[in-house]
Amino acid sequence: MTVGLNHFLALSAVLFSLGIYAVLTRKNAIQVLMGIELILNSANINFIAFAHYGNFGLTGQVISLFVIILAAAEAAIALAIVLNIYKQYSTVNVDEIDGLKE
Amino acid sequence: MNENILIQLSILNIILPLFGFVLLIFFGKRLPKSHLFEISTIFVGLVSSSIVSFFKLNYFEDKLIVFDFRWIDFGNVPFFGNLGINIGIQLDNVSVIMQLTVFIVSFVVHLFSIKYMEGDPRYSRYFAYLGLFTFSMLGIVLTHNFLMMYIFWELVGLSSYLLIGFWFEKKSASDAAKKAFIVNRIGDVGFFLGILILYANYHTFTFSEIFGQIAQGNLPFNSGAWLTAAGILIFCGAIGKSAQFPLHVWLPDAMEGPTPVSALIHAATMVAAGVYLVARIFVMLTADAMLVIASIGAITAFISATIAITQTDIKRVLAYSTVSQLGYMIMSLGVGSYFFAFLHLITHAFFKAGLFLGSGSVIHAMHHEQDIRFMGGLRKKLPITYYTFLIYTLAIAGIPFTSGFLSKDGILGGTLAFAKLTGYWFFPVVGFFVAMLTAFYMFRLVILTFHGEARDIHKFEHAHESPATMLIPLISLAVLSVFIFFSPNPFNIEAGWFYKWIETPKTIVPQELAFSFMINESNTSHNIIHSELYTETLHHSHSTAMILSLIMAGLGILFAFVIYQWRLISADKLSIKLQPLYNFSYNKWYFDELYSKTAVAFTLGLSNFLAWFDQKVIDGIVNGTATITRWTSFSSGKFDNRVVDGLVNWTAYVTGFFGMVFRKFQTGKVQTYLVMVLTGIIILFFIFKSL
Amino acid sequence: MTTYDLIFYLFALIILVSAFIVVAARNIIYSAFSLLFTFFGVAGIYVLLNADFIAVVQVIIYVGGILVLIIFGVMLTNKITEVEIKTESFQVLPSIIISGIIGGTLVAIFTKTNWKVAEPQILDKTVTEIGRFLVSHYMILFELAGIILLVALIGSVMIARKEKLETEEVEK
Repeated sequence: MTVGLNHFLALSAVLFSLGIYAVLTRKNAIQVLMGIELILNSANINFIAFAHYGNFGLTGQVISLFVIILAAAEAAIALAIVLNIYKQYSTVNVDEIDGLKE
Repeated sequence: MNENILIQLSILNIILPLFGFVLLIFFGKRLPKSHLFEISTIFVGLVSSSIVSFFKLNYFEDKLIVFDFRWIDFGNVPFFGNLGINIGIQLDNVSVIMQLTVFIVSFVVHLFSIKYMEGDPRYSRYFAYLGLFTFSMLGIVLTHNFLMMYIFWELVGLSSYLLIGFWFEKKSASDAAKKAFIVNRIGDVGFFLGILILYANYHTFTFSEIFGQIAQGNLPFNSGAWLTAAGILIFCGAIGKSAQFPLHVWLPDAMEGPTPVSALIHAATMVAAGVYLVARIFVMLTADAMLVIASIGAITAFISATIAITQTDIKRVLAYSTVSQLGYMIMSLGVGSYFFAFLHLITHAFFKAGLFLGSGSVIHAMHHEQDIRFMGGLRKKLPITYYTFLIYTLAIAGIPFTSGFLSKDGILGGTLAFAKLTGYWFFPVVGFFVAMLTAFYMFRLVILTFHGEARDIHKFEHAHESPATMLIPLISLAVLSVFIFFSPNPFNIEAGWFYKWIETPKTIVPQELAFSFMINESNTSHNIIHSELYTETLHHSHSTAMILSLIMAGLGILFAFVIYQWRLISADKLSIKLQPLYNFSYNKWYFDELYSKTAVAFTLGLSNFLAWFDQKVIDGIVNGTATITRWTSFSSGKFDNRVVDGLVNWTAYVTGFFGMVFRKFQTGKVQTYLVMVLTGIIILFFIFKSL
Repeated sequence: MTTYDLIFYLFALIILVSAFIVVAARNIIYSAFSLLFTFFGVAGIYVLLNADFIAVVQVIIYVGGILVLIIFGVMLTNKITEVEIKTESFQVLPSIIISGIIGGTLVAIFTKTNWKVAEPQILDKTVTEIGRFLVSHYMILFELAGIILLVALIGSVMIARKEKLETEEVEK
């Protein structure tokens, strides 16, 4: 069974669902961030796989490059927010931060 | 001086007493001496009514002056055609003379009352009521239609109620007022039914129009019986107002009012209204109706005369004599001698007013002692009252040179003529017998009051002659009781102007319904429109009647003197000997007892039955309804509580349950929401996948 | 089975296992470190897909930047005295179902779709080409990315410092 496009896509799908799972279940905000990183990575895999197999030149790679840039920015801001939350609530457990309830 | 001015003056005459009434009733307390205003309005009315009478009688002698306008127009009513009500006034010789009489009597009564009622707490209200009374009577006198007549008729009833019950603190006075009002109402029902019969047929209330239709042979419901019925029903009103048998019981009780009021009621106003009404409808009375009227008049005259013999209250004796004299008038109308009935109405108005005012003077002098057994010898103390009273008594007894002689003699002559023509000898017999009784009881009254020795020394000592304002009315009325005001010849009224002015109107009922002697003949040149036959017979009867009535009156006076003055026969022994008769008379033929046993008892029984019916049946129905309603509401309440509330609660519970379930989803945690968002996305995805 | 396939499977295994550890580990330090392996694996996949530059960038930024940041975050936020670095998970069952459905659906779609696959082309100078792209075709995006990074830099610094500033202001 020769590795083809489908394998990469399947891999990214599994990675994606693992990321979703992390986002949904983890209480720690940082682990939620990790889940998001996983999701972004799976998306990148998709981009590059399609670029590789779809004869689109380097466009896919450039877009994934932007994704990485955005991920970096997002991580920086998110962590800043997390630190702020920690200062506010003395915790980073998302389930304890339920201000939306009120 | 033209007709319009006469009309305007008459309207003014009607309004004036009403104006006085309104002013006094609203401002009487605040304006001291306001009664003087009322008296002056009456005086102005007296003057203007004299003017009206003078011009009417001299310049418009034969003319009927009518003023009317359409008061209410119903337009075209289905089944009846055009309906409307006209009101207006009518001036003929009868009404102007009556108007003047009313004013004269009313004025002297006002004058008399100034002193008599002095110190009464409701002084001004008393004069206000007098004004209302005068106003109502004038309305009756001057109106030209039945409806206004009925309205004023009831106003008279109302004002008599107010005046009889003027001293309403006394139970007897308020009872008497109620009695007068209720008894009058009974008669008025008949009056109203009679009016309705006429209106239903002729669609008008106006006298002249109704009479015109009857004269054309247009009978109510095309039947003579209905015409008779209408006449008798309207006469029912007169029975009530003029205190005829069997509704005469209210009048003696009406003595509870102030004495001047009695004078007013008995002379010119209330009781005269009944006679006046019969005189107004005289032309439409059939032979049967006239016979009924004559019979009732005769019966009344007889009954009340017999009662008057034994009464001891000075005012009661006078009251029964009034009833008796009214019976005379009614009888006279019934036998067709219209002129003498009206003449007697006028003459009686003067001397009966005088008698009452004289008795008022006596009562005033005796400090409100009314029982003649405690009087006596007052001739020396009250000379003027005595002599005027004597003149009135002579007048009522029918002694020559008085007005009463002229009229009474005429009435007796009329009954004689009637008897000769028709064979009803009952009327002259009763008439002459009553004439004797009248003379007897009137002189009994005079002798017991003024002659002999004082029986109550204490009150006698304090008695004193009344002041001038009370004596002037007495003297002027005494003067008016003399023959000269009615005829220059004391034995023959036909010489006088009165005879010239008052014509007996033509009967308008169809030939077969009227007495044969009443048949109108177009070729009568005379004033009397009765047939020649009747006039002739009347002439022939005149001298007979005169002699007979003189004999009867003389007999009555003789008896009175024999028994009470000279005491040849002891009154007490006589009363013991004739115990049953005496008691019968003394207790007024037991009429009050009879009525309280029958009519009143029946009414009470009916009321009790109705009350029982009300309480048991009506209330039962009501209570039953209430019970059903209660039961219904109870079960509906249960339904409400169980089912409706249950439903509501169940809804609330379900909502709460779902709320409980769904609130779990709102955790405030982003991830929970994310789960839901994703679930939604998945669901949407699978929904739209197939599309 | 070629070497290429073997390498792919190897990297796929590394990615999935380490990602699973990232997801499932109770100790946050463990997951942070296994995330490192995941990133490396992904970089390897990039290389397999002929994206050498991206792979390098992945390693540099993710491993050298983001992961360090994350570990900093972990260290800063967990109380050092109690060393409470274990985390819990919740709503596990619905999440498993949802992510399972998503993953299954995605896999099913990817595998069932009949992709038009071109012959993979091997490019020699991807770095040069990407550089040319960035300064020509994606010029504006490139500039924007730079601005975004600058904004993120300043913004994160501001966010992290904001509380302090306010307290200082209050103290003043």
